Amino acid sequence: MNLMAIKVIYLNEMMRFWKTLFQSVASPVISTALYFVVFGSAIGSRIENIDGVSYGLFIVPGLTMLSVLTQSISNASFGIFFPKFTGTIYELLSAPVSFYETLIGYVGAASTKSLILATIILVTASLFVELNIAHPFWMLGFLVLTCISFSLFGFIIGLWADNFEKLQIIPLLIITPLVFLGGSFYSISMLPPLWQKVTLFNPVLYLVSGFRWSFFEISDVGVGLSLLMVLLFLSVCIAIIAWMFNTGYKLKQ
Amino acid sequence: MDSIISIKDLSKIYNTGFEALKNVNLEINKGEIIALLGPNGAGKTTLISTICGIVSPSSGTVTVGGFDIISDFRKTREMIGLVPQELTLGAFDTVWSTIRFSRGLFGSKRDDAYLEQLLKDLSLYDKKDSEIRALSGGMKRRVLIAKALSHNPKVLFLDEPTAGVDVELRKDMWKIVNKLRSQGVTIILTTHYIEEAEEIADRVGVINNGELLLVEQKEHLMESLGKKQLVIDLKESVKKIPPSLDKYNIELTDDGMQISYTYVVKDEEVEISDVLNEISNSGLLLKDLKIVQSSLEDIFVDLVKEK
Ligand SMILES: Nc1ncnc2c1ncn2[C@@H]1O[C@H](COP(=O)(O)OP(=O)(O)OP(=O)(O)O)[C@@H](O)[C@H]1O
Ligand SMILES: [Mg+2]
Repeated sequence: MNLMAIKVIYLNEMMRFWKTLFQSVASPVISTALYFVVFGSAIGSRIENIDGVSYGLFIVPGLTMLSVLTQSISNASFGIFFPKFTGTIYELLSAPVSFYETLIGYVGAASTKSLILATIILVTASLFVELNIAHPFWMLGFLVLTCISFSLFGFIIGLWADNFEKLQIIPLLIITPLVFLGGSFYSISMLPPLWQKVTLFNPVLYLVSGFRWSFFEISDVGVGLSLLMVLLFLSVCIAIIAWMFNTGYKLKQ
Repeated sequence: MDSIISIKDLSKIYNTGFEALKNVNLEINKGEIIALLGPNGAGKTTLISTICGIVSPSSGTVTVGGFDIISDFRKTREMIGLVPQELTLGAFDTVWSTIRFSRGLFGSKRDDAYLEQLLKDLSLYDKKDSEIRALSGGMKRRVLIAKALSHNPKVLFLDEPTAGVDVELRKDMWKIVNKLRSQGVTIILTTHYIEEAEEIADRVGVINNGELLLVEQKEHLMESLGKKQLVIDLKESVKKIPPSLDKYNIELTDDGMQISYTYVVKDEEVEISDVLNEISNSGLLLKDLKIVQSSLEDIFVDLVKEK
Protein backbone atom coordinates (compact mmCIF):
# COMPACT_ATOMS: atom_id res chain seq x y z
CA MET A 1 0.00 0.00 0.00
CA ASN A 2 1.40 3.39 -1.01
CA LEU A 3 0.24 5.40 2.01
CA MET A 4 2.44 8.31 1.08
CA ALA A 5 0.63 8.63 -2.23
CA ILE A 6 -2.78 8.63 -0.56
CA LYS A 7 -1.55 11.33 1.76
CA VAL A 8 -0.23 13.62 -0.96
CA ILE A 9 -3.31 13.19 -3.14
CA TYR A 10 -5.49 14.01 -0.15
CA LEU A 11 -3.43 17.02 0.90
CA ASN A 12 -3.18 18.28 -2.67
CA GLU A 13 -6.95 18.23 -2.99
CA MET A 14 -7.41 19.90 0.37
CA MET A 15 -4.94 22.60 -0.59
CA ARG A 16 -7.41 24.06 -3.04
CA PHE A 17 -9.88 24.38 -0.20
CA TRP A 18 -7.44 26.26 2.00
CA LYS A 19 -6.27 28.46 -0.85
CA THR A 20 -9.81 29.73 -1.35
CA LEU A 21 -10.64 29.60 2.33
CA PHE A 22 -12.56 32.84 2.37
CA GLN A 23 -14.77 31.74 -0.48
CA SER A 24 -15.06 28.23 0.93
CA VAL A 25 -16.41 29.61 4.21
CA ALA A 26 -18.23 32.72 3.09
CA SER A 27 -20.43 31.15 0.42
CA PRO A 28 -22.16 28.56 2.66
CA VAL A 29 -22.51 31.15 5.44
CA ILE A 30 -24.17 33.60 3.07
CA SER A 31 -26.43 31.08 1.39
CA THR A 32 -27.51 29.60 4.74
CA ALA A 33 -28.26 33.06 6.06
CA LEU A 34 -30.32 33.82 2.95
CA TYR A 35 -32.34 30.65 3.35
CA PHE A 36 -33.11 31.65 6.91
CA VAL A 37 -34.13 35.14 5.98
CA VAL A 38 -36.38 33.95 3.15
CA PHE A 39 -37.74 30.65 4.40
CA GLY A 40 -37.17 30.86 8.12
CA SER A 41 -38.46 34.37 8.82
CA ALA A 42 -40.35 35.75 5.82
CA ILE A 43 -42.22 32.66 4.66
CA GLY A 44 -41.72 30.46 7.70
CA SER A 45 -43.60 32.85 9.97
CA ARG A 46 -46.75 32.04 7.93
CA ILE A 47 -46.20 28.28 8.09
CA GLU A 48 -47.46 26.25 11.01
CA ASN A 49 -45.16 24.17 13.13
CA ILE A 50 -44.47 20.75 11.66
CA ASP A 51 -44.81 18.00 14.27
CA GLY A 52 -44.12 20.60 16.90
CA VAL A 53 -41.00 21.96 15.20
CA SER A 54 -40.94 25.53 13.89
CA TYR A 55 -40.40 25.81 10.14
CA GLY A 56 -37.13 27.67 10.54
CA LEU A 57 -35.77 24.83 12.60
CA PHE A 58 -37.37 22.17 10.42
CA ILE A 59 -35.43 23.13 7.31
CA VAL A 60 -31.98 22.94 8.97
CA PRO A 61 -31.32 19.24 8.24
CA GLY A 62 -32.72 19.48 4.70
CA LEU A 63 -30.68 22.56 3.97
CA THR A 64 -27.54 20.85 5.23
CA MET A 65 -28.22 17.75 3.15
CA LEU A 66 -28.88 19.84 0.05
CA SER A 67 -25.45 21.45 0.32
CA VAL A 68 -23.65 18.28 1.36
CA LEU A 69 -25.05 16.27 -1.53
CA THR A 70 -24.37 18.81 -4.23
CA GLN A 71 -20.95 19.77 -2.89
CA SER A 72 -19.79 16.18 -2.37
CA ILE A 73 -20.66 15.36 -5.95
CA SER A 74 -19.18 18.49 -7.43
CA ASN A 75 -15.96 18.35 -5.40
CA ALA A 76 -15.27 14.70 -6.09
CA SER A 77 -16.26 14.81 -9.75
CA PHE A 78 -14.20 17.92 -10.46
CA GLY A 79 -11.30 16.49 -8.49
CA ILE A 80 -10.82 13.55 -10.82
CA PHE A 81 -12.23 15.12 -13.99
CA PHE A 82 -9.83 18.03 -13.96
CA PRO A 83 -6.59 16.02 -14.24
CA LYS A 84 -8.19 14.11 -17.09
CA PHE A 85 -9.12 17.38 -18.74
CA THR A 86 -5.73 19.07 -18.34
CA GLY A 87 -3.71 15.91 -18.94
CA THR A 88 -2.01 15.87 -15.53
CA ILE A 89 -3.61 12.46 -14.99
CA TYR A 90 -0.52 11.02 -16.72
CA GLU A 91 1.31 11.38 -13.45
CA LEU A 92 -1.23 9.39 -11.44
CA LEU A 93 -1.29 6.68 -14.07
CA SER A 94 2.47 6.37 -14.27
CA ALA A 95 3.04 6.43 -10.51
CA PRO A 96 3.13 3.31 -8.34
CA VAL A 97 -0.37 4.09 -7.14
CA SER A 98 -3.31 1.72 -7.38
CA PHE A 99 -6.81 2.69 -8.42
CA TYR A 100 -8.05 2.30 -4.86
CA GLU A 101 -5.33 4.50 -3.42
CA THR A 102 -6.30 7.20 -5.90
CA LEU A 103 -9.93 6.71 -4.92
CA ILE A 104 -9.26 6.99 -1.19
CA GLY A 105 -7.26 10.19 -1.70
CA TYR A 106 -9.87 11.93 -3.82
CA VAL A 107 -12.99 10.69 -2.07
CA GLY A 108 -11.43 11.26 1.34
CA ALA A 109 -10.69 14.89 0.47
CA ALA A 110 -14.13 15.50 -1.03
CA SER A 111 -15.82 13.98 2.03
CA THR A 112 -13.71 16.07 4.37
CA LYS A 113 -14.67 19.23 2.55
CA SER A 114 -18.35 18.30 2.78
CA LEU A 115 -18.04 17.65 6.50
CA ILE A 116 -16.44 21.03 7.01
CA LEU A 117 -19.20 22.58 4.92
CA ALA A 118 -21.91 20.86 6.99
CA THR A 119 -20.29 22.15 10.16
CA ILE A 120 -20.24 25.69 8.82
CA ILE A 121 -23.90 25.48 7.85
CA LEU A 122 -24.97 24.09 11.23
CA VAL A 123 -23.00 26.72 13.10
CA THR A 124 -24.50 29.49 10.95
CA ALA A 125 -27.99 28.04 11.44
CA SER A 126 -27.53 28.03 15.19
CA LEU A 127 -27.18 31.81 15.00
CA PHE A 128 -30.74 32.03 13.69
CA VAL A 129 -32.51 29.25 15.54
CA GLU A 130 -31.94 27.38 18.74
CA LEU A 131 -30.50 24.12 17.53
CA ASN A 132 -30.69 21.08 19.79
CA ILE A 133 -29.51 17.81 18.40
CA ALA A 134 -31.35 14.86 19.92
CA HIS A 135 -28.93 12.15 18.73
CA PRO A 136 -25.56 13.70 17.94
CA PHE A 137 -23.96 10.31 17.31
CA TRP A 138 -26.58 9.34 14.73
CA MET A 139 -26.45 12.79 13.25
CA LEU A 140 -22.73 12.45 12.68
CA GLY A 141 -23.17 8.89 11.40
CA PHE A 142 -25.73 9.91 8.78
CA LEU A 143 -23.65 12.89 7.81
CA VAL A 144 -20.40 10.97 7.36
CA LEU A 145 -22.08 8.16 5.43
CA THR A 146 -23.78 10.66 3.15
CA CYS A 147 -20.56 12.60 2.54
CA ILE A 148 -18.70 9.42 1.63
CA SER A 149 -21.41 7.90 -0.57
CA PHE A 150 -22.03 11.04 -2.55
CA SER A 151 -18.33 11.75 -2.92
CA LEU A 152 -18.00 8.23 -4.32
CA PHE A 153 -20.90 8.97 -6.61
CA GLY A 154 -19.18 12.18 -7.71
CA PHE A 155 -15.96 10.28 -8.35
CA ILE A 156 -17.87 7.91 -10.61
CA ILE A 157 -19.34 10.83 -12.53
CA GLY A 158 -15.92 12.44 -12.83
CA LEU A 159 -14.47 9.23 -14.27
CA TRP A 160 -17.37 8.73 -16.63
CA ALA A 161 -17.56 12.29 -17.92
CA ASP A 162 -15.37 13.14 -20.86
CA ASN A 163 -16.62 16.69 -21.25
CA PHE A 164 -17.95 19.47 -19.06
CA GLU A 165 -21.51 18.91 -20.15
CA LYS A 166 -21.55 15.32 -18.93
CA LEU A 167 -19.96 16.47 -15.71
CA GLN A 168 -22.81 18.86 -14.96
CA ILE A 169 -25.75 16.98 -16.37
CA ILE A 170 -26.36 14.39 -13.64
CA PRO A 171 -26.18 16.82 -10.72
CA LEU A 172 -28.33 19.29 -12.60
CA LEU A 173 -31.00 17.02 -14.04
CA ILE A 174 -31.17 14.29 -11.43
CA ILE A 175 -29.66 15.22 -8.09
CA THR A 176 -30.99 18.75 -7.64
CA PRO A 177 -34.62 17.80 -8.44
CA LEU A 178 -34.38 14.73 -6.23
CA VAL A 179 -33.12 16.81 -3.34
CA PHE A 180 -35.78 19.48 -3.70
CA LEU A 181 -38.53 16.91 -4.12
CA GLY A 182 -37.18 14.66 -1.37
CA GLY A 183 -38.67 16.54 1.53
CA SER A 184 -35.73 18.81 2.26
CA PHE A 185 -38.01 21.77 2.86
CA TYR A 186 -41.30 20.08 3.72
CA SER A 187 -42.72 16.98 5.32
CA ILE A 188 -44.22 14.57 2.81
CA SER A 189 -47.32 14.47 4.95
CA MET A 190 -48.03 17.92 3.50
CA LEU A 191 -48.37 16.34 0.02
CA PRO A 192 -51.49 14.77 -1.56
CA PRO A 193 -51.53 10.96 -1.00
CA LEU A 194 -50.52 10.08 -4.56
CA TRP A 195 -47.43 12.30 -4.40
CA GLN A 196 -46.56 10.85 -1.01
CA LYS A 197 -46.37 7.42 -2.68
CA VAL A 198 -44.30 8.77 -5.57
CA THR A 199 -41.90 10.44 -3.18
CA LEU A 200 -41.19 7.10 -1.53
CA PHE A 201 -39.25 6.20 -4.68
CA ASN A 202 -36.93 9.12 -4.13
CA PRO A 203 -33.82 7.89 -2.32
CA VAL A 204 -33.01 11.35 -1.03
CA LEU A 205 -36.17 11.27 1.09
CA TYR A 206 -34.62 8.52 3.22
CA LEU A 207 -31.41 10.46 3.73
CA VAL A 208 -33.14 13.66 4.74
CA SER A 209 -35.68 11.88 6.90
CA GLY A 210 -33.08 9.92 8.84
CA PHE A 211 -30.91 12.97 9.24
CA ARG A 212 -33.85 15.03 10.46
CA TRP A 213 -34.79 12.32 12.92
CA SER A 214 -31.36 12.57 14.52
CA PHE A 215 -32.11 16.24 15.26
CA PHE A 216 -35.79 16.32 16.24
CA GLU A 217 -36.92 12.69 16.46
CA ILE A 218 -39.47 13.32 13.72
CA SER A 219 -39.28 11.49 10.40
CA ASP A 220 -41.23 10.65 7.24
CA VAL A 221 -39.99 7.05 7.14
CA GLY A 222 -38.58 4.74 9.80
CA VAL A 223 -35.01 5.56 10.80
CA GLY A 224 -33.93 1.94 10.29
CA LEU A 225 -35.14 2.15 6.72
CA SER A 226 -33.22 5.39 6.26
CA LEU A 227 -30.03 3.80 7.46
CA LEU A 228 -30.59 0.83 5.22
CA MET A 229 -31.05 3.07 2.19
CA VAL A 230 -27.88 5.02 2.89
CA LEU A 231 -25.92 1.79 3.22
CA LEU A 232 -27.54 0.46 0.06
CA PHE A 233 -26.56 3.54 -1.90
CA LEU A 234 -23.03 3.28 -0.54
CA SER A 235 -22.83 -0.38 -1.59
CA VAL A 236 -24.10 0.39 -5.08
CA CYS A 237 -21.44 3.09 -5.50
CA ILE A 238 -18.73 0.73 -4.27
CA ALA A 239 -19.95 -1.97 -6.66
CA ILE A 240 -19.85 0.43 -9.61
CA ILE A 241 -16.36 1.54 -8.65
CA ALA A 242 -15.19 -2.06 -8.39
CA TRP A 243 -16.61 -2.78 -11.82
CA MET A 244 -14.90 0.32 -13.24
CA PHE A 245 -11.64 -0.77 -11.72
CA ASN A 246 -11.82 -4.31 -13.02
CA THR A 247 -12.54 -3.16 -16.53
CA GLY A 248 -10.02 -0.29 -16.43
CA TYR A 249 -12.97 1.88 -17.36
CA LYS A 250 -12.11 5.16 -19.07
CA LEU A 251 -8.91 5.86 -17.20
CA LYS A 252 -6.51 4.11 -19.51
CA GLN A 253 -6.49 3.95 -23.24
CA MET B 1 25.40 -5.88 -21.39
CA ASP B 2 22.62 -6.05 -18.81
CA SER B 3 19.21 -5.32 -20.16
CA ILE B 4 16.96 -3.14 -18.02
CA ILE B 5 13.89 -2.95 -20.23
CA SER B 6 12.75 -5.86 -22.27
CA ILE B 7 9.90 -5.46 -24.74
CA LYS B 8 8.52 -8.60 -26.35
CA ASP B 9 5.98 -8.75 -29.19
CA LEU B 10 4.30 -5.60 -27.97
CA SER B 11 1.22 -4.48 -29.89
CA LYS B 12 -1.29 -1.77 -29.21
CA ILE B 13 -4.65 -1.35 -30.87
CA TYR B 14 -6.55 1.72 -29.67
CA ASN B 15 -10.32 1.64 -29.11
CA THR B 16 -10.69 3.32 -32.46
CA GLY B 17 -9.29 0.17 -34.03
CA PHE B 18 -6.05 1.93 -34.94
CA GLU B 19 -2.97 -0.23 -34.63
CA ALA B 20 -0.38 2.11 -33.13
CA LEU B 21 2.27 -0.51 -32.29
CA LYS B 22 2.92 -3.61 -34.33
CA ASN B 23 4.80 -6.41 -32.68
CA VAL B 24 7.61 -4.34 -31.23
CA ASN B 25 10.66 -6.11 -29.79
CA LEU B 26 13.40 -4.16 -28.07
CA GLU B 27 16.03 -4.66 -25.39
CA ILE B 28 17.27 -1.52 -23.67
CA ASN B 29 20.55 -1.78 -21.83
CA LYS B 30 21.28 -0.50 -18.38
CA GLY B 31 22.88 2.94 -18.47
CA GLU B 32 22.54 3.58 -22.18
CA ILE B 33 20.88 6.47 -23.95
CA ILE B 34 18.58 5.37 -26.68
CA ALA B 35 16.82 7.73 -29.05
CA LEU B 36 13.59 6.78 -30.77
CA LEU B 37 13.31 8.54 -34.08
CA GLY B 38 10.15 8.75 -36.08
CA PRO B 39 7.76 11.11 -37.83
CA ASN B 40 4.48 12.37 -36.33
CA GLY B 41 2.13 9.56 -35.47
CA ALA B 42 4.83 6.89 -35.66
CA GLY B 43 3.94 5.45 -32.26
CA LYS B 44 6.77 6.85 -30.11
CA THR B 45 4.53 8.27 -27.42
CA THR B 46 2.37 5.16 -27.46
CA LEU B 47 5.43 2.99 -26.85
CA ILE B 48 6.61 5.13 -23.96
CA SER B 49 3.14 5.43 -22.48
CA THR B 50 2.72 1.68 -22.51
CA ILE B 51 5.95 1.08 -20.63
CA CYS B 52 5.00 3.75 -18.07
CA GLY B 53 1.48 2.42 -17.47
CA ILE B 54 -0.57 5.14 -19.13
CA VAL B 55 -1.69 2.97 -22.03
CA SER B 56 -2.59 -0.71 -21.64
CA PRO B 57 -0.87 -3.05 -24.07
CA SER B 58 -3.11 -5.10 -26.37
CA SER B 59 -0.65 -7.99 -26.46
CA GLY B 60 2.95 -8.76 -25.65
CA THR B 61 4.94 -8.20 -22.47
CA VAL B 62 7.24 -5.54 -21.08
CA THR B 63 9.55 -5.98 -18.12
CA VAL B 64 11.51 -3.27 -16.34
CA GLY B 65 14.37 -4.41 -14.12
CA GLY B 66 13.03 -7.95 -14.52
CA PHE B 67 9.53 -7.08 -13.26
CA ASP B 68 6.40 -7.23 -15.35
CA ILE B 69 4.83 -3.80 -15.90
CA ILE B 70 1.35 -5.08 -15.11
CA SER B 71 1.63 -7.68 -12.37
CA ASP B 72 4.48 -5.84 -10.64
CA PHE B 73 3.49 -2.31 -11.58
CA ARG B 74 4.62 -0.79 -8.30
CA LYS B 75 8.17 -2.04 -8.66
CA THR B 76 8.48 -1.05 -12.31
CA ARG B 77 6.94 2.39 -11.93
CA GLU B 78 9.08 3.25 -8.93
CA MET B 79 12.11 2.89 -11.21
CA ILE B 80 10.71 5.13 -13.93
CA GLY B 81 10.52 8.88 -14.40
CA LEU B 82 8.56 10.33 -17.31
CA VAL B 83 8.74 13.73 -18.95
CA PRO B 84 5.66 13.87 -21.17
CA GLN B 85 5.52 15.48 -24.57
CA GLU B 86 2.81 17.97 -23.67
CA LEU B 87 3.24 20.67 -21.02
CA THR B 88 0.72 19.17 -18.64
CA LEU B 89 0.84 20.90 -15.27
CA GLY B 90 -1.67 22.24 -12.79
CA ALA B 91 -1.73 25.97 -13.47
CA PHE B 92 -2.34 27.04 -9.90
CA ASP B 93 0.19 24.82 -8.14
CA THR B 94 3.51 26.27 -7.13
CA VAL B 95 6.72 24.75 -8.44
CA TRP B 96 7.65 23.55 -5.00
CA SER B 97 4.30 21.97 -4.18
CA THR B 98 4.09 20.19 -7.51
CA ILE B 99 7.49 18.53 -7.21
CA ARG B 100 6.80 17.52 -3.63
CA PHE B 101 3.54 16.06 -4.80
CA SER B 102 5.36 14.01 -7.45
CA ARG B 103 7.87 12.68 -4.99
CA GLY B 104 5.07 11.69 -2.61
CA LEU B 105 3.09 9.95 -5.34
CA PHE B 106 6.04 7.67 -5.90
CA GLY B 107 6.02 6.80 -2.22
CA SER B 108 9.41 8.38 -1.51
CA LYS B 109 10.08 9.96 1.85
CA ARG B 110 10.21 13.70 2.04
CA ASP B 111 13.69 15.01 1.17
CA ASP B 112 13.70 18.77 0.82
CA ALA B 113 17.48 19.00 0.43
CA TYR B 114 17.40 16.73 -2.61
CA LEU B 115 14.51 18.62 -4.19
CA GLU B 116 16.17 21.97 -3.59
CA GLN B 117 19.33 20.75 -5.27
CA LEU B 118 17.27 19.46 -8.15
CA LEU B 119 15.67 22.87 -8.63
CA LYS B 120 19.08 24.51 -8.50
CA ASP B 121 20.43 22.13 -11.15
CA LEU B 122 17.52 23.05 -13.38
CA SER B 123 17.90 26.82 -12.72
CA LEU B 124 14.45 26.86 -11.19
CA TYR B 125 15.32 27.59 -7.61
CA ASP B 126 14.35 31.26 -7.77
CA LYS B 127 10.95 30.20 -9.16
CA LYS B 128 10.36 27.81 -6.30
CA ASP B 129 7.29 29.61 -4.98
CA SER B 130 5.90 30.83 -8.30
CA GLU B 131 2.68 29.44 -9.63
CA ILE B 132 3.10 27.34 -12.74
CA ARG B 133 0.93 29.65 -14.83
CA ALA B 134 3.44 32.44 -14.24
CA LEU B 135 6.25 30.47 -15.90
CA SER B 136 7.41 30.50 -19.51
CA GLY B 137 7.10 27.41 -21.67
CA GLY B 138 10.76 26.49 -21.26
CA MET B 139 10.51 26.82 -17.50
CA LYS B 140 7.45 24.60 -17.50
CA ARG B 141 9.42 21.96 -19.32
CA ARG B 142 12.09 22.17 -16.62
CA VAL B 143 9.41 21.73 -13.99
CA LEU B 144 8.27 18.58 -15.77
CA ILE B 145 11.85 17.34 -15.70
CA ALA B 146 12.11 18.15 -12.00
CA LYS B 147 8.89 16.23 -11.35
CA ALA B 148 10.17 13.24 -13.28
CA LEU B 149 13.45 13.25 -11.34
CA SER B 150 11.87 13.96 -7.96
CA HIS B 151 11.96 10.31 -6.90
CA ASN B 152 15.45 9.41 -8.17
CA PRO B 153 14.37 7.17 -11.06
CA LYS B 154 16.71 4.61 -12.60
CA VAL B 155 15.09 4.96 -15.99
CA LEU B 156 14.11 8.29 -17.51
CA PHE B 157 11.80 8.76 -20.47
CA LEU B 158 12.00 12.08 -22.28
CA ASP B 159 9.24 12.45 -24.85
CA GLU B 160 10.43 15.10 -27.27
CA PRO B 161 12.36 17.04 -24.68
CA THR B 162 13.51 19.71 -27.11
CA ALA B 163 10.25 20.56 -28.82
CA GLY B 164 9.81 24.32 -28.52
CA VAL B 165 12.96 24.75 -26.51
CA ASP B 166 15.66 27.36 -27.14
CA VAL B 167 19.34 26.64 -27.65
CA GLU B 168 20.20 27.54 -24.09
CA LEU B 169 17.73 25.11 -22.56
CA ARG B 170 18.70 22.45 -25.04
CA LYS B 171 22.30 22.72 -23.86
CA ASP B 172 21.17 22.59 -20.24
CA MET B 173 19.10 19.57 -21.07
CA TRP B 174 22.06 17.71 -22.53
CA LYS B 175 24.11 18.65 -19.50
CA ILE B 176 21.50 17.11 -17.27
CA VAL B 177 21.25 14.06 -19.48
CA ASN B 178 25.01 13.58 -19.33
CA LYS B 179 25.04 13.97 -15.59
CA LEU B 180 22.29 11.40 -15.23
CA ARG B 181 24.11 9.07 -17.57
CA SER B 182 27.21 9.30 -15.41
CA GLN B 183 25.04 8.28 -12.46
CA GLY B 184 23.98 5.20 -14.37
CA VAL B 185 20.47 6.32 -15.29
CA THR B 186 19.10 4.74 -18.44
CA ILE B 187 17.55 7.33 -20.75
CA ILE B 188 15.04 6.82 -23.52
CA LEU B 189 14.19 9.89 -25.56
CA THR B 190 12.11 10.52 -28.63
CA THR B 191 12.82 13.07 -31.27
CA HIS B 192 12.14 14.09 -34.83
CA TYR B 193 15.63 15.40 -35.31
CA ILE B 194 18.38 13.18 -36.49
CA GLU B 195 21.04 15.66 -35.29
CA GLU B 196 19.65 15.41 -31.82
CA ALA B 197 19.80 11.63 -31.83
CA GLU B 198 23.31 11.85 -33.18
CA GLU B 199 24.46 14.28 -30.55
CA ILE B 200 23.26 12.52 -27.50
CA ALA B 201 22.35 8.89 -28.03
CA ASP B 202 24.33 5.66 -27.93
CA ARG B 203 21.79 3.82 -29.99
CA VAL B 204 19.02 4.93 -32.26
CA GLY B 205 15.76 3.15 -32.96
CA VAL B 206 13.71 4.12 -35.97
CA ILE B 207 9.92 3.83 -35.72
CA ASN B 208 7.44 4.34 -38.47
CA ASN B 209 3.77 3.35 -38.66
CA GLY B 210 3.99 1.49 -35.38
CA GLU B 211 6.88 -0.67 -36.48
CA LEU B 212 10.36 -0.59 -35.08
CA LEU B 213 12.26 -0.61 -38.35
CA LEU B 214 15.71 -0.95 -36.87
CA VAL B 215 17.83 -0.31 -33.81
CA GLU B 216 21.50 0.38 -34.28
CA GLN B 217 24.52 2.00 -32.74
CA LYS B 218 24.12 5.52 -33.98
CA GLU B 219 27.39 5.57 -35.91
CA HIS B 220 26.19 2.67 -38.00
CA LEU B 221 22.89 4.29 -38.70
CA MET B 222 24.41 7.52 -39.84
CA GLU B 223 26.95 5.76 -41.95
CA SER B 224 24.54 3.48 -43.63
CA LEU B 225 21.79 5.98 -44.14
CA GLY B 226 23.11 9.49 -43.94
CA LYS B 227 23.29 11.28 -47.25
CA LYS B 228 24.71 14.74 -47.52
CA GLN B 229 24.38 17.33 -50.17
CA LEU B 230 26.84 20.11 -50.86
CA VAL B 231 24.88 23.06 -52.24
CA ILE B 232 26.74 25.95 -53.88
CA ASP B 233 25.22 29.26 -54.94
CA LEU B 234 26.99 30.87 -57.88
CA LYS B 235 27.61 34.55 -58.48
CA GLU B 236 26.85 34.25 -62.17
CA SER B 237 24.64 31.78 -63.89
CA VAL B 238 26.26 29.11 -66.04
CA LYS B 239 24.79 27.16 -68.92
CA LYS B 240 26.38 23.83 -68.06
CA ILE B 241 28.64 22.21 -65.55
CA PRO B 242 32.34 22.47 -66.50
CA PRO B 243 33.61 19.19 -68.06
CA SER B 244 36.25 18.78 -65.33
CA LEU B 245 33.40 18.06 -62.89
CA ASP B 246 31.66 15.49 -65.06
CA LYS B 247 33.07 12.58 -63.12
CA TYR B 248 31.21 13.68 -60.01
CA ASN B 249 27.51 13.42 -59.52
CA ILE B 250 26.87 17.14 -59.71
CA GLU B 251 23.61 18.74 -60.72
CA LEU B 252 22.82 22.21 -61.94
CA THR B 253 19.55 24.01 -61.29
CA ASP B 254 17.50 25.25 -64.23
CA ASP B 255 18.37 28.89 -63.66
CA GLY B 256 22.03 27.97 -63.60
CA MET B 257 22.62 29.73 -60.29
CA GLN B 258 23.17 26.73 -58.08
CA ILE B 259 24.99 23.44 -58.23
CA SER B 260 24.64 20.55 -55.82
CA TYR B 261 26.70 17.49 -55.10
CA THR B 262 25.11 14.53 -53.35
CA TYR B 263 27.22 11.91 -51.58
CA VAL B 264 26.83 9.10 -49.11
CA VAL B 265 28.79 9.70 -45.95
CA LYS B 266 30.00 6.14 -45.57
CA ASP B 267 31.38 5.91 -49.10
CA GLU B 268 35.10 5.83 -48.62
CA GLU B 269 36.09 6.64 -52.18
CA VAL B 270 34.33 9.99 -51.89
CA GLU B 271 36.76 12.75 -51.10
CA ILE B 272 34.96 15.95 -50.40
CA SER B 273 38.17 17.94 -50.57
CA ASP B 274 38.83 16.63 -54.09
CA VAL B 275 35.42 17.77 -55.14
CA LEU B 276 35.95 21.19 -53.62
CA ASN B 277 39.34 21.52 -55.30
CA GLU B 278 37.93 20.61 -58.67
CA ILE B 279 35.13 23.10 -58.23
CA SER B 280 37.45 25.94 -57.33
CA ASN B 281 39.78 25.06 -60.24
CA SER B 282 36.86 24.94 -62.65
CA GLY B 283 36.56 28.70 -62.68
CA LEU B 284 33.05 28.88 -61.25
CA LEU B 285 32.45 32.00 -59.17
CA LEU B 286 31.15 30.90 -55.79
CA LYS B 287 28.82 33.03 -53.75
CA ASP B 288 27.92 30.80 -50.86
CA LEU B 289 27.93 27.17 -49.89
CA LYS B 290 26.18 24.95 -47.43
CA ILE B 291 25.85 21.29 -46.59
CA VAL B 292 22.42 19.77 -46.30
CA GLN B 293 21.99 16.50 -44.47
CA SER B 294 19.41 14.00 -45.55
CA SER B 295 16.30 14.45 -43.47
CA LEU B 296 14.65 11.80 -41.45
CA GLU B 297 11.97 11.55 -44.08
CA ASP B 298 14.58 10.76 -46.74
CA ILE B 299 15.99 8.10 -44.46
CA PHE B 300 12.56 6.58 -44.05
CA VAL B 301 12.02 6.50 -47.74
CA ASP B 302 15.31 4.66 -48.12
CA LEU B 303 14.57 2.31 -45.26
CA VAL B 304 11.16 1.40 -46.48
CA LYS B 305 12.44 0.89 -50.02
CA GLU B 306 15.06 -1.51 -48.72
CA LYS B 307 12.50 -3.67 -46.94
N1 LIG C 1 -5.90 7.72 -27.53
C1 LIG C 1 -5.79 7.39 -28.82
N2 LIG C 1 -6.81 6.83 -29.46
C2 LIG C 1 -6.71 6.49 -30.75
N3 LIG C 1 -5.60 6.64 -31.49
C3 LIG C 1 -4.54 7.19 -30.90
C4 LIG C 1 -4.56 7.58 -29.53
N4 LIG C 1 -3.36 8.09 -29.20
C5 LIG C 1 -2.62 8.02 -30.31
N5 LIG C 1 -3.31 7.48 -31.34
C6 LIG C 1 -2.82 7.23 -32.69
O1 LIG C 1 -1.70 6.39 -32.63
C7 LIG C 1 -0.70 6.81 -33.54
C8 LIG C 1 0.61 7.00 -32.81
O2 LIG C 1 0.50 8.11 -31.94
P1 LIG C 1 1.71 8.56 -31.03
O3 LIG C 1 1.23 9.66 -30.18
O4 LIG C 1 2.26 7.36 -30.36
O5 LIG C 1 2.72 9.10 -32.12
P2 LIG C 1 4.13 9.80 -31.92
O6 LIG C 1 5.13 8.98 -32.61
O7 LIG C 1 4.37 10.10 -30.49
O8 LIG C 1 3.89 11.14 -32.74
P3 LIG C 1 4.43 12.63 -32.47
O9 LIG C 1 5.80 12.70 -33.02
O10 LIG C 1 3.48 13.47 -33.26
O11 LIG C 1 4.35 12.88 -31.01
C9 LIG C 1 -1.22 8.07 -34.20
O12 LIG C 1 -1.72 7.72 -35.48
C10 LIG C 1 -2.34 8.52 -33.33
O13 LIG C 1 -3.35 9.11 -34.09
MG1 LIG D 1 4.56 11.75 -29.40
